[in-house]
Amino acid sequence: MPKRTDLKSILIIGAGPIVIGQACEFDYSGTQACKALREEGYRVILVNSNPATIMTDPEFADVTYIEPLTVDFLERIIIAERPSALLPTLGGQTALNLSMELHKAGILEKYGVEMIGAKSEAINKGEDRELFKQCMLRIGLDVAKSRTVKSMEEARAAAEFLAMFPLIIRPSFTLGGAGGGIAYNREEFEAIVANGLDLSPVHEVLVEECLLGWKEYEMEVMRDHKDQCVVICSIENFDPMGVHTGDSITVAPAMTLSDKEYQVMRDASFAVIREIGVETGGSNIQFSVDPVTGRMVVIEMNPRVSRSSALASKATGFPIAKIAAKLAVGYTLDELRNDITRLTPASFEPTIDYVVTKIPRFTFEKFPDADPTLTSAMKSVGEAMAIGRTFKESFQKCLRSLETGARGFGGGGRHGGDELVDEKTINAKLGTPNAERVYYLRHAFRAGYTVERIFDLTKIDPWFLHQLREIHEMEQALSQHTLASVDTNALRRAKQFGFSDAQLAHILKSDLATVRADRKQRGIHTTYRLVDTCAAEFEAFTPYYYSSYGDENEIIPSKKKKIMILGGGPNRIGQGIEFDYCCVHASFALREAGFETVMVNSNPETVSTDYDTSDRLYFEPLTLEDVLEVYQQEKCDGAIVQFGGQTPLNLATALKANGVNIIGTSPESIELAEDRKQFAAVLNKIGLRQPANRTAMNESEALGFAHEVGFPVLLRPSFVLGGRGMFIVYTEQEFQAVIRTAFEVMPGKPVLIDKFLEDAIELDVDCISDGETSVVGGMLEHIEFAGVHSGDAAMVMPPHTLGAQMLKTVRIATHALARELKVIGLMNIQFAIKDDELYVLEVNPRASRTVPFVAKAIGVPLAKLAAKVMTGQKLKALGFTGEHVPNHWCVKEAVFPFVRFPGAMITLGPEMRSTGEVMGLDEDLGMAFAKAQAAAKPGLPVKGNVFLSVKDADKPRAVILAKRLEALGFTIYSTSGTAKVLGDAGVAVKRLAKLSEGRPNAVDMIKNGQIQMVINTPGGMIPRRDENAIRAAAYAHNVCLMTTVTGAEAAANGIYALKHRQITVKPIQQYRGNVTVV
Amino acid sequence: MSTPKPAILALEDGSVFRGLAFGADATIAGECVFNTSMTGYQEILTDPSYFGQIVTMTAVQIGNYGVNAEDTEAATPKCSGFVVRELSPIVSNWRSQQSLHDYLRQAGIPGISEVDTRALTKKLRVEGAMKCCLSTLPLGDAEAIQRARSWRDMAGADYVKDVTCKTPYLWRADDPANHNTPYFPVGTTMNAPGIPEKKFRVAAFDYGAKHSIYRKLVRHGFEVQVFPATATHEEVREHKPDAVFLSNGPGDPAALPYIHQTVTGLLPDYPIFGICLGHQMITHALGGTTFKLKFGHRGGNQPVKNLDTGKVSITAQNHGFATDPKSLADRGARVTEINLNDQTVEGLRHTKLPVFSVQYHPEAAPGPNDADPLFVDFYRMVEQRKAGKI
Repeated sequence: MPKRTDLKSILIIGAGPIVIGQACEFDYSGTQACKALREEGYRVILVNSNPATIMTDPEFADVTYIEPLTVDFLERIIIAERPSALLPTLGGQTALNLSMELHKAGILEKYGVEMIGAKSEAINKGEDRELFKQCMLRIGLDVAKSRTVKSMEEARAAAEFLAMFPLIIRPSFTLGGAGGGIAYNREEFEAIVANGLDLSPVHEVLVEECLLGWKEYEMEVMRDHKDQCVVICSIENFDPMGVHTGDSITVAPAMTLSDKEYQVMRDASFAVIREIGVETGGSNIQFSVDPVTGRMVVIEMNPRVSRSSALASKATGFPIAKIAAKLAVGYTLDELRNDITRLTPASFEPTIDYVVTKIPRFTFEKFPDADPTLTSAMKSVGEAMAIGRTFKESFQKCLRSLETGARGFGGGGRHGGDELVDEKTINAKLGTPNAERVYYLRHAFRAGYTVERIFDLTKIDPWFLHQLREIHEMEQALSQHTLASVDTNALRRAKQFGFSDAQLAHILKSDLATVRADRKQRGIHTTYRLVDTCAAEFEAFTPYYYSSYGDENEIIPSKKKKIMILGGGPNRIGQGIEFDYCCVHASFALREAGFETVMVNSNPETVSTDYDTSDRLYFEPLTLEDVLEVYQQEKCDGAIVQFGGQTPLNLATALKANGVNIIGTSPESIELAEDRKQFAAVLNKIGLRQPANRTAMNESEALGFAHEVGFPVLLRPSFVLGGRGMFIVYTEQEFQAVIRTAFEVMPGKPVLIDKFLEDAIELDVDCISDGETSVVGGMLEHIEFAGVHSGDAAMVMPPHTLGAQMLKTVRIATHALARELKVIGLMNIQFAIKDDELYVLEVNPRASRTVPFVAKAIGVPLAKLAAKVMTGQKLKALGFTGEHVPNHWCVKEAVFPFVRFPGAMITLGPEMRSTGEVMGLDEDLGMAFAKAQAAAKPGLPVKGNVFLSVKDADKPRAVILAKRLEALGFTIYSTSGTAKVLGDAGVAVKRLAKLSEGRPNAVDMIKNGQIQMVINTPGGMIPRRDENAIRAAAYAHNVCLMTTVTGAEAAANGIYALKHRQITVKPIQQYRGNVTVV
Repeated sequence: MSTPKPAILALEDGSVFRGLAFGADATIAGECVFNTSMTGYQEILTDPSYFGQIVTMTAVQIGNYGVNAEDTEAATPKCSGFVVRELSPIVSNWRSQQSLHDYLRQAGIPGISEVDTRALTKKLRVEGAMKCCLSTLPLGDAEAIQRARSWRDMAGADYVKDVTCKTPYLWRADDPANHNTPYFPVGTTMNAPGIPEKKFRVAAFDYGAKHSIYRKLVRHGFEVQVFPATATHEEVREHKPDAVFLSNGPGDPAALPYIHQTVTGLLPDYPIFGICLGHQMITHALGGTTFKLKFGHRGGNQPVKNLDTGKVSITAQNHGFATDPKSLADRGARVTEINLNDQTVEGLRHTKLPVFSVQYHPEAAPGPNDADPLFVDFYRMVEQRKAGKI
């Protein structure tokens, strides 16, 4: 059946800000869906609060609302747009939950909006644990056995019934699984159950069969309305049960299942999708298999596209989200074409002749107080994927794609050294899942552990362990040689095992350039193979490649001018979707300009690695070796390094030295901005100031310098991203507490000491320049005072407190810097303004995190313009010569992962820790801020109680703030110090006990839902234990939290707007042109 | 496994692939074909339809889950040789009883690993299936190429006689060695229906039948009497079957006139179901013809559309020849199913008689079970015939 003609317009809900568990894969799926539906002539209405997405670019939907993802706002949008249908399955769990809330609230019914893809009943069955379990049993599938009990007697009966140990005990309704545990014997069982019953507010625990150590699999399946089902990809987890699949190393296709076992899993997957009733689209179904008996248990299903389906799409070349969107409007699989083979239909199952490995990227270094153990709650912030002809090749390529300093499985670099690790450490690192476990597998082999012994400790399937042992043995064998003595066949085999030239240089006691030249001389060349969905059975037309060392090179030559774009690699805090957005824009712009674009990236979640974003896609690690090889074999005419964040920038100099034509700002200029001395000279020349600063090589030197520039000082290690290891210290005592850490971040590198400008206003400026003309893209004023990392700060555009004279000064400074640094492309500058003086904090002659935000705010595709400028086009010719200042307000707010890291310090500081961002747009500043807060969750309250506790320096402003909040109808609660000041000033403050003084205290009130907002500013560099407990409670219970007094003031303005203004929604297409050109 | 020795694979076009030896020490010539299934090497090795062929797996990691007794499709492997990218050094699966290397060595079949199987597959896709020589013994390139070229061609040769059983026998439903119970993990039933109470007697021709077909017939309520390919229609009639089944098998379907005649003799009187070569035998018995495909369909992901229902099944396939639909015009049968990749014939149904056939493998093994209901259709057809309705 062809597409439905009764539907006219379709509402798509995006996934909102990037958070752990929901990253840019939903931009990828949403963008595909928008394109697919518009292609069919439907009017697409998109809602997403995340401005850094490609999908929210104005051309991807007919109307695009950058508004908060809440039922209230969605209802307003539904009223305004009256869509005929809602597609709930493409925006992750966020969109699915919101769709269900809209349904439950009767809003969809009221306005006649049909849910397509999956109906509410199906979503409910897929999401409700008990309903799901009943469904599975009904169709003859197995689930983990469990019983819910309310007393010790019932618990004992349940243990009797389950007749096994270990057992998992999960108390109901405790936060983060508190009070749960694994009981290996009767005695432990009694103790954990007793504790669990006590902690559970409803005195209830679930006693469940423990599947720890079982094999784990995922099936990505699709179904159309004719009930035709296909499997797109099977995935086997390297890490057994117990580690969240998002935190597991995963491999496609499944490696250790025979056909009989695989087919049962396939049949079961179809039975599940049918029973749950997902009518059309993709679902992900997870299974667990007992490695001893083969018992197969259904774990869960996601009735929507997911992170795994993005991975499966990239792993096979089958665009799940695009096809899901087409199926939702009535097409069937056989009516759709396989884009890659063109001649065959989409009603088939991809078969692959390579192995795909995905490894998660963690950032525990950002949360040193958090527990680094991997559990069933996801903690990774990104992932890399690699394709190889064998598991060994893809695994090693993936390790080097992670950019953690590891070059692969051994061969020098981080975690790959030749030292022997003691057994105690190895056993500890293997016995409990953690981010570094994979590297300790090698240490275990080096220490003589057998596969059996490692299996006993880790339960990682022996097949995988043997593969790793083969890599280890190869390293051992090679290490007996030098480059001169090693046999050519051994060298070729090493390359086929995925060893990089860098690893080989270490193992064979040579250097990278020599290894590279030597192997080429020996005829060992990288060959590129196609990802074609069909294992070469049919001709493929889409140039989607991965590297290998085989007999054949499948690169299709072309005569067009080619530009390579280097992506950003795996997402991490500080480098994420914003940079992918820029890379995608560069590709679009250069295709428009007539170039062929060659994308290189290793992040499967992204739009940049969609096979139709660029003319040619190389799914490769972003290392010198891998990038250079693509550049040379494709005979590229130039490469763009300034869009992918720090990753490609770090390669720029080496690429240039190897003959790569870096287009845009030169690597020398980029380096100049990083070099303190040279940069100071530049500033001096153009008459700009910097805070006083020094560079210290050791701790004692550092202290001397700190006194020289005077406290407070900002300490920062050099050559780091996202403010790692940065501290603001006010006293020598604080200085002593952290200076060692600052040096340890980058051993051997200096630590920079800057005078910290307290209470200064910070300003981010994005600028574009073609070498002749430079134009300010946007100025963003931070809401928090200087000292909060610009990635974490809330920002307002245009600046809301700075005067015209100061903005003029900023403009002049920006143009001078662009000229002096010979910028061709984009540049970001961070300024500080204190006592009416302008200071330059930092200059980055590259695309910044704020580029997509600015582009959305001014309605100009800055990144596209920058890409064109880099190829020699001029801004005058492109028609962009004046700064566009929005006539409305655009507020950026950051989103933090603290809930995922219990124990972590909850504070804003110079080290970036946010994972994502949202945008609030409105004619009124207060409302724009309120929208940003609502989008970032939990939103501003309009009534209730405020807990207010501030440091001494903030107390005068806190009085004014408290009076405003009182006037807005809030009751103020506070503890001794602040309460006294407020009381003396005439605020009717209610005094609460400090946590150490007794109860009820602020935490109790938060838990009981009696506090609607917490305003708590840190007393010292590190929040005190009490403060952190209050903040953590606020986070856990979705209570609005402000940790700076300026933030709280903005919140008061926002609350005022919510109470006194009409809330309106408006698509960005209607904001277009609402600017004043300066 | 001791230190691997070199092995060689030479094609008739003169190209040579080098790799490492596994399995038996032998030199063998045959037709080189590729299979795109990602699982099921054991079923592929033991499928008698691969007789005379050297099979290349496009999936790269082979041997991971070993070999077991229940997943076999014949008593011994039937293909001539086996080509893989990488052979697993170990076996990891709770059902495994033996390594692939040991299994092939015992069966006398040579294998070669570390071959760029994608390069080989592309060659076969572009040039078509080729004669080749695989050797795990010391053998020069020139001699290997010569051996490949001098191998008798498959077209026109009767391969069935080499793989069919010698005498009729009953496929015992109660013999554990026949593994008639479908594989389900402990605790999983999938609500699989039980075996029908009422049993029908089916005369199953063994042209090189996969055991899974017999197993499926048993599970769907048939008592399976197996006949050699050479059995005449009179011999079958003597057994008084309720229905006739025609199995898969190797080689050129046109080179089997004696079978065509037998099937022609049975057509008017029995409900008949044919799979793969059996489907081609019905084609010929009706007076139609078959032709050789460039590189065949071998894999578990082939989309087949049922022209009556409009529904697509993902099917397991293994065939190098196909029915020419034009040859069947006015022969009393119509095309019921087609392959969506190349539009070739995948199913036939007689317009008057209770006779139908499919080119693909509804018994799966290896591959998807999507077409399992065809066995139910067959049972119903026999039921209706017995009730005098058709």
